[in-house]
Amino acid sequence: MECHLPEITHNSHMKIYIGGLMVITLTLFFNFPIHSQEVVIMDNEPAYFEDNKHCFQCHGQRFYTYENEFTGRIERKAMNPNLIYDADEFYSGVHRHFSCTDCHSPDYEIYPHDTELRFEEMFSCLDCHGGDPTWKRYNFELIDDEFHKSIHSPDHIEAFNCWSCHDPHSYRLKTRSNFSTREIVTYHNNTCKTCHDNPDRFQLISEELKPSLEQIHDFLPNFNLHFNAVRCIECHTEPEETMWVAHNILPKEMAVRNCVECHSTNSRLMSSLYKYQSLENRRERGFFNAIILNDAYVIGANRNHFLNVASLVILGLVLLAMIGHIILRIIK
Amino acid sequence: MAEEKIYLYPVWLRIWHGINALLIIFLIATGISMQYANPEYPFIRFDLAVSIHNICGVLLAINYVIFLPSNLATSNRRYYVDGLKNIGPRMMRMMRYYLTEQPKKKPSPFPVTKENKFNPLQAMTYSIVMVIFLPLVITTGLALLFPETIAKEVFGYSGLFLTALLHSAIGFLISIFLIVHIYVCTTGKKITDNFKGIITGYHTNH
Ligand code: HEM
Repeated sequence: MECHLPEITHNSHMKIYIGGLMVITLTLFFNFPIHSQEVVIMDNEPAYFEDNKHCFQCHGQRFYTYENEFTGRIERKAMNPNLIYDADEFYSGVHRHFSCTDCHSPDYEIYPHDTELRFEEMFSCLDCHGGDPTWKRYNFELIDDEFHKSIHSPDHIEAFNCWSCHDPHSYRLKTRSNFSTREIVTYHNNTCKTCHDNPDRFQLISEELKPSLEQIHDFLPNFNLHFNAVRCIECHTEPEETMWVAHNILPKEMAVRNCVECHSTNSRLMSSLYKYQSLENRRERGFFNAIILNDAYVIGANRNHFLNVASLVILGLVLLAMIGHIILRIIK
Repeated sequence: MAEEKIYLYPVWLRIWHGINALLIIFLIATGISMQYANPEYPFIRFDLAVSIHNICGVLLAINYVIFLPSNLATSNRRYYVDGLKNIGPRMMRMMRYYLTEQPKKKPSPFPVTKENKFNPLQAMTYSIVMVIFLPLVITTGLALLFPETIAKEVFGYSGLFLTALLHSAIGFLISIFLIVHIYVCTTGKKITDNFKGIITGYHTNH
């Protein structure tokens, strides 16, 4: 049987060419989704809103009232500041569909609370999140391993646990949500500052009195600019490729002090903060814009390939013209 | 032709020029070192480069503030103002001279005199560098020194990024100017003539 292959004409070349261009353009501007389905539904009524009102009635405010059974009087008292939880914050957090007594003993429903209740052992993150495929992408086990290697590990500081940094009553997903890099930086750095910039909290776990963060970091030019633009963990952890938030906080002697680790094309920021940022930007703005609309400027790291080539070409031409002129001068 | 010396560069101008040249050389060296920072081949240690660049930048700004009013207040101003008059045709004339007449050793249509020390090409380049490039590089540099003053967003682009881009682009153009400037200055009768001139104040005409 005779087989007729379609003849490739000039016209079909053109079609292939245009088709190819379209495919390339589409791939470049395609919005790669980095969020899979939300695990916690954030925009509905919290599951135990009514039940929890009972607890927030006292723990949601600075003052609470109760009826003293002995005197029969209504008493108004100041709530211990460490035990105040903002209901709005709680319901904006990831644990918003919880009932307070999911984690705390149901005996707390009775007031005055039994004093022994305060000694109850609290859950740790892994008690609920460990080994469960639902939470796999959050890397809880890896975070736990990294935490145990870190300077914060209970081997170094017995009282330290996940709750020291993450308040389960208000914890929100920052890195995986629609927040700008700046907001993420502020949020993450505030987590560190809660203790490292607050002697009252710091001394809960240390006898030491720390100098201010600005004094400790006086080797950084423009302290505020650095603190608003990058996260503490950028220099104080070993970057972990698979994690947005590295948890292996290194001893202070091992923190990065060498400027060029960030200020170079091989910037370590690219493997942490900005990896997230560029994925995010590509998702929101398309490939090209993400490159042009760079939010941050890191001297030495933001090199524009096109401008680099252009400047080398200009320099080359100028030098060539000069060499040509020198040759003419010598000949004449 | 007999050698003739014309006093063209008054003391203040020579001091300004010397300081300016030194600062710009430091700024270019440290600027390149930061822009192309590489942990394996450190050119100038990064933190050192930042400090030197900042200090020289501020000094350059102060030096510029000396240049501008001194020029306005003295007769040196006229070399720029007059030099730019009818600049288009005069520049074309100068190019024609360089391409066709100078190789035949014909005299320049714009000889250096007490009244007219710049040829049209010099007037143009010096004006662009001094009135556009330097103010731009200085203001963007000062803005980067106080980044909180920079608008967060300009037409949807990060203000900091644009400022930094403009700063390094102008920095690059000034470097190109410097290379060409120094090269062109070697084209006196003797290679060193013009350099001696900007030090002693006297231009040598042959
Ligand atoms: C090593 C560096 C430099 C050398 C050796 C040098 C050399 C010279 C010489 C020989 C002249 C006198 C020739 C003429 O009037 O055209 C001159 C003038 C001039 N140079 Fe430079 N220069 C240097 C750097 C710079 C830089 C960095 C700038 C500005 C960014 C600059 C701006 C000027 C200006 C504006 C004049 C004309 C001044 C006037 O007469 O009003 N020079 N330079």
